[in-house]
Amino acid sequence: MEMTGAQILMAVLEEQGVDTIFGFPGGAVIDIYDELVKTDIRHILVRHEQGAVHAADGYARASGRPGVCLVTSGPGATNTVTGIATAYMDSIPMVVITGQVPTHLIGNDAFQEVDITGITRPCTKHNYLVKSVDDLARVLREAFYIAMSGRPGPVLVDIPKDVANAHTRWNDNPQIRIKSYQPNYKPNMKQLKKVVGLIKKAKRPLLFGGGGLILSNAAEAFTEFARQTRTPVTTSLMGLGAFPGSDPLWLGMIGMHGTYRANMSAGNCDLLIAIGVRFDDRVTGKIDTFAGKAKIVHIDIDPTSIRKNVQVAVPVVGGCRESLEKLNALIAEEQIDNFDERHQEWLQQIDEWKAQFRMAYDQGETVIKPQFVIDKLFELTKGQAIVTTEVGQNQMWAAQFYHFDGPRQFITSGGLGTMGFGLPAAIGAKAACPDRQVVDIAGDGSIQMNIQEMATAVQSCLPVKIVILNNGYLGMVRQWQELFYDRRYACTLMDHQPDFVKLADAYGALGLRATRPDEVEKVLQEGLASDRTVIMDFVVEKEESVYPMVPAGANITEMLLV
Amino acid sequence: MQENKHVITMLVDNEPGVLARVVGLFGGRGFNIESLCVAETVTTGISRITIVTKANPPVVEQIEKQLNKLINIVKVRDLTHEDAVKREMALICVKASPEYRAEILRIVDIFRCKVVDVGLEHFIIEVTGDEGKLTALLNLLKPMGIKKIARTGTIALMREPK
Repeated sequence: MEMTGAQILMAVLEEQGVDTIFGFPGGAVIDIYDELVKTDIRHILVRHEQGAVHAADGYARASGRPGVCLVTSGPGATNTVTGIATAYMDSIPMVVITGQVPTHLIGNDAFQEVDITGITRPCTKHNYLVKSVDDLARVLREAFYIAMSGRPGPVLVDIPKDVANAHTRWNDNPQIRIKSYQPNYKPNMKQLKKVVGLIKKAKRPLLFGGGGLILSNAAEAFTEFARQTRTPVTTSLMGLGAFPGSDPLWLGMIGMHGTYRANMSAGNCDLLIAIGVRFDDRVTGKIDTFAGKAKIVHIDIDPTSIRKNVQVAVPVVGGCRESLEKLNALIAEEQIDNFDERHQEWLQQIDEWKAQFRMAYDQGETVIKPQFVIDKLFELTKGQAIVTTEVGQNQMWAAQFYHFDGPRQFITSGGLGTMGFGLPAAIGAKAACPDRQVVDIAGDGSIQMNIQEMATAVQSCLPVKIVILNNGYLGMVRQWQELFYDRRYACTLMDHQPDFVKLADAYGALGLRATRPDEVEKVLQEGLASDRTVIMDFVVEKEESVYPMVPAGANITEMLLV
Repeated sequence: MQENKHVITMLVDNEPGVLARVVGLFGGRGFNIESLCVAETVTTGISRITIVTKANPPVVEQIEKQLNKLINIVKVRDLTHEDAVKREMALICVKASPEYRAEILRIVDIFRCKVVDVGLEHFIIEVTGDEGKLTALLNLLKPMGIKKIARTGTIALMREPK
């Protein structure tokens, strides 16, 4: 059967099970859009292409399926770059389709031409410029396969306008084979036996999980592993939700704003089992002393992650879920029953650390503490909401005070730290999980980076809830200036803000505000109960800081506590 | 940590942008490139890239792993400590005034290279060999005056089992 490029694109999207795409039309993709509206695929029209990519990202993180977006050439394509880099840093599966000028104009500085494959080469897992319609189906199938397999990531496919219009025979065989790309999921059993050997000897073991657990759907196996071996658990920001926040073995997040007991445990453990992590500098602090008393086991699907930042005793290349399932079986076989006894002293020590410094704040009568808002949000949503965040203090408080019990519940830009991520990501998450309560925890600074997506939420009937912790500052930078720059608040004061309640109203959403602690619960209740998109503006303590804090480059156990 | 020279060879899909991916990887991650050679192999669609880099052992490990991670790279091998043939070629344009002409030709003979262009004031010498040989030749020719030089960078191939 003869089909046009645009029809082939639709056929492959349907074949790959794509039900939703996020996009923004333009001249180079007008033919593709003309076909798109003939399909059952839901298109969510954003207000800025960056929003489309973050929304596709949020969709992917919430559902585990690849996010798809469609934008035009030139500025449409360049506007996706921040979103693509965000997804790349956090290994999120995504296919970004960009229009391109017709092939005969490529290289001529044509109207709305940009070399988007050149621009995105360092921030995609792979990318393609499709020069012939005969390659299109294969390229698109490869794009989905590459995005989803191994260590996932964004893949960009650039389709020139004439390729979208050209005809070719449709090949309905979805099989593809990429000779030079064969990710290995199976761990080496010899290495895993070494890991079991170390577990049997360890007195002070610590499990350290990351985003890889979420990406590979390994939360269940990870939880079983921890409980079976009675090993305390911490995770990176990206790993939150991989282990139930209500479990007694849970220590809280590790790193720059990690809990006291998690960071102390890392500094004092004798065995660190790291799974699906990449030892980011925000986790390790001073790298030479990180887990200095421990033998380190590192399990990851991506060989480049292993020994990139830390030297390890036992490296294991393999899928997180596959490796954990094998480890669980090996340990069950060994029938070790004295884990409790052997780890007792260690667990007691951790309890002491917990008693020494708890995550706490002092909620007085007059000014709202940002942590209090999140505490109340946690309580009122019964810990069941999907939470997205912007970046900065709002993100860290969300991580510290909302206790996630399951994977794919916490959606945040960890690696790139992209302000403006939370609102579009919430829209994407809501599109993926329409029955869940989706809340974006935002700051007054970062919400304005993609505030235009309010219109998307309202138009597409994706009622997300936005909690703004409004302190009138770019709070995280202000905090650094307070602590390390003698309180010189260079350009972090935002003393003119829009009236967020009126702004919500202008977008056709509901706006609510709380200025006193006793109004917090009422506003949250009303906002969460509404079936509309809601902005809840909480005017909070202006100069509250996030603690604990490990100063950049310091030893992880040297925390500023108040 | 000690930085050593490494000769890294790889087979890649012969597609537009592949060289840019490789070079971009080195640039973006701060790896060093001393020389780089690319040409087609006899297999259709497959090219060989040879890169000489200077790096300490953990960085070399990262270079190999990161290259392997690129989708278009079929195979990567560090030939530094392998039983491999390593060669480069140079074209050297050397000043050839009458008093030095005989001496230059003697050197050419000793190093088994070729004169491929000759004029009243110059020779162009074609030489192949390992890096040591080229360095030695250049040291001998420098006093006569080297006008121009073009070098290929190293290419390398594993020796077959005997």
